[in-house]
Amino acid sequence: MTWAFDAALCALILGVAFATVLGRGVFRSIVFFIVYGLLMAVAWVRLDAVDVALAEAAIGAGLTGVLFLTTFGRLARNVSDDAAPGRFHLPAALACGGLTGALAWAWFAMPAPVRREWELPPAGVENPVTAVLLNFRAWDTLLESIVLLAALIGLWMMARDGDWGDRLGLPQHVRPGGVMAGFGRLLPPVGFLVGVYLVYVGADQPGGAFQGGTVLAAVGLVAALAGLVRPPRIAAHRWRVALVAGPSVFLVAGLAGAVLGAGFLTLPEPVAGTAIFVIEVGLAISIAVTLVFLVLGPPEGERRE
Amino acid sequence: MSALTLYALTGSAAIGIGFYGLIAARHLLRRIVAFNLIGSGLFLFFGATGARGGAADPVPQALIITGIVVALSASALAVGLLVAHARVAGRVVLPEEEDGG
Repeated sequence: MTWAFDAALCALILGVAFATVLGRGVFRSIVFFIVYGLLMAVAWVRLDAVDVALAEAAIGAGLTGVLFLTTFGRLARNVSDDAAPGRFHLPAALACGGLTGALAWAWFAMPAPVRREWELPPAGVENPVTAVLLNFRAWDTLLESIVLLAALIGLWMMARDGDWGDRLGLPQHVRPGGVMAGFGRLLPPVGFLVGVYLVYVGADQPGGAFQGGTVLAAVGLVAALAGLVRPPRIAAHRWRVALVAGPSVFLVAGLAGAVLGAGFLTLPEPVAGTAIFVIEVGLAISIAVTLVFLVLGPPEGERRE
Repeated sequence: MSALTLYALTGSAAIGIGFYGLIAARHLLRRIVAFNLIGSGLFLFFGATGARGGAADPVPQALIITGIVVALSASALAVGLLVAHARVAGRVVLPEEEDGG
């Protein structure tokens, strides 16, 4: 029975992936991509990776989908949409089929893994994924939080000079009493609660700074897209503090580890639990704010045109 | 065929489909979407590989979460470049592909 479920899920994933690439119309392609992300999240649950499933649903399907949809709207205003999905490209199809075949061959050719029983050394938290993210491989996570900042700086560099200092993104016009206005009032309280909960339980159960921070980012986006809050100005200093809070807390904790003799970014076991919680809260705030700004995009001074 | 094999093959098929979209699509936003298909298929392949050792291994999972977040920030940057390109050129396809194609 479970095999039938897996097979049906994989068939759905592939069908939706085909529709994303081959279907007519950019808008339809984006909608199929969102469905694809949600199905992918179910696949991650089947693979016993609930943390990844939460991240995929919130980021892969949710925020990426919003990013593409808002971009589609932004492009549609000044560019004629050509709906034609390119001609069929036989050499490309053959090459991509060959790539898939090579990967499948690699899967069967890989040596069988050594089964071993092992336990994580004490890390101060119960959730092994959080332990890896924030203690054993803290370097990766620190650099990742900096990559987010770098992407935002790169995006802001594309703002036109005349728009600098304006509010982020496009001005939103929402029909009073419409779907967006209604959702904008209904979703944020629930989403806020879920986001804070995910950050809070991340130490012991599936969840954590990335998943929770993304849900909080979604709350901010819904509120901004519904016109309930106005996005901040690009040069607002308070928001810049929020952008760097996470990486700063992380760096300070890492340096404290070095000063205490445990080594840079190594959290000594007695304080690790508390330290990870503090880092997670800081990271969640920074991730949420950075993701909202990334999706909103640079200011686009509409009213001047 | 075990469930893990099924998901690994699905992942590799998604990578192939994504690559085809990246090559064959002309609209640049569709290319960015296709690029995300490749990434997501790679994550699935990698996750299935990491789960082969019996108990769910947290290290690949942590790396994949990192990857998902980085993929979003890269997409946001790519989309920003696309909007800037469309603003300057008035088109959403690359200059060398403008003639009908």
